[in-house]
Amino acid sequence: MVIPFRKTKGRTQPGDEFAELVLPLFDSLYNFACWLAHDRVEAEDLVQEAYAKALKGFSSFQSGTNLRAWIFRILRNTFLNSRTGLAASQTIALEDEEALAKVPAAVTRETPETILFEQVNRDVIQGAIEKLAVPFREVLLLADVEEMPYREIAEVLAIPVGTVMSRLARARRVLRGELQDKVVRA
Amino acid sequence: MACERFPGGLGREELDAFIDGELAVETRREFEAHLRACTSCAADIANRVQLKSVVKRAGRRFVPSADFRRKIENQVLPRKRTWSAAWIPAVAAAAVILFAAAWIAGRWTSGSQAAIGELVDLHIATLASANPVDVVSTDLHTVKPWFEGKLPFAVNVPDLKNTPFTLIGGRVTYLEQKPGAGLLFQYRKHRLSAFVFQDRLKWKNVSTTGTPVRHASFWVETWSTGGLRYFVMGDTSVANVEQLSDLMKRAASAQ
Repeated sequence: MVIPFRKTKGRTQPGDEFAELVLPLFDSLYNFACWLAHDRVEAEDLVQEAYAKALKGFSSFQSGTNLRAWIFRILRNTFLNSRTGLAASQTIALEDEEALAKVPAAVTRETPETILFEQVNRDVIQGAIEKLAVPFREVLLLADVEEMPYREIAEVLAIPVGTVMSRLARARRVLRGELQDKVVRA
Repeated sequence: MACERFPGGLGREELDAFIDGELAVETRREFEAHLRACTSCAADIANRVQLKSVVKRAGRRFVPSADFRRKIENQVLPRKRTWSAAWIPAVAAAAVILFAAAWIAGRWTSGSQAAIGELVDLHIATLASANPVDVVSTDLHTVKPWFEGKLPFAVNVPDLKNTPFTLIGGRVTYLEQKPGAGLLFQYRKHRLSAFVFQDRLKWKNVSTTGTPVRHASFWVETWSTGGLRYFVMGDTSVANVEQLSDLMKRAASAQ
């Protein structure tokens, strides 16, 4: 059950604007943090720290720019600098972006036969997402769960839009392959 | 492999860009036209859309606890101003005064409304009665002496000559087991009542300004004089009620 935040309407204190802008993003930030950290306690620490940093830096935030991308970027950077984030970056072999870029524009479709994803168990899908390396997991979640445009994802991840596209395509291909394996094995 | 029937073909990234709504407008239109004719590409796109959809649903997995939500709320929402201890007595005193004022106003309003409501009920009961008056007479010199011995006070009935009102008659009425005079008047097709009781402590907060108030579609004017409390009411205009009240006041002062 989602419990709404207290309304801040009618207040005139300086923190009002910040609260009204960032509190609606709380559920999304928490969900994203859990997916990154794989641990609810750590995710809570990440979200709390991200909010503290955002509050501190809000005066330098320029209105009219993308606040969602800004606070997601703060959260992600907080994660990358956390113990779990640092460990993940050391143990997970990041895909070579250049190698990805070499993939020809028109490629062979890796799944000629269509599988019915709708019939795949939710836990299986969540398990497959969890298995994705962080760079692919985060781009997939931002695109499909948060439904961010590529440009916004690029802003959060501090990478070019082209890299967003290649990582996303790769993430989906891996996910599709993983689910296909599961379905075939089942 | 990329569909040979689509000029240039679309790579994996472009196919994803199509389902994410990120393909360039011109290319999107061309590809949409192609999809209508190519079942293979249509199936591929349907498959991608389905995957995106299930990821969206499965991806919304973690919901924060209520405690954590409160924690963040307290962290983010502006803190309420902290009051200096020196302010506490002043704030407490102001609160007491406000509370007392509200209580008195509430009692005044409810007491006033209740008293007027009771009298309006008496008027309605009179109108509904088959025998609204016990003494039927248009003559004040008949009605006034009729009350003698029946009430512990004298009732002065106004002289209605050259007024639009006609006296119908009078009756002894009771409110909370205490007797009072009920006079019934006619104004065209309307009937108005005037009630006279010995004044009571509970009516001390009822308005004595002599300005009619509206209650349940009746205009009611009440005042107190000479230890008696008068109520005049009717469903006519406020001016009629005021006029009859003035006549009653004049009769009382002539006593």
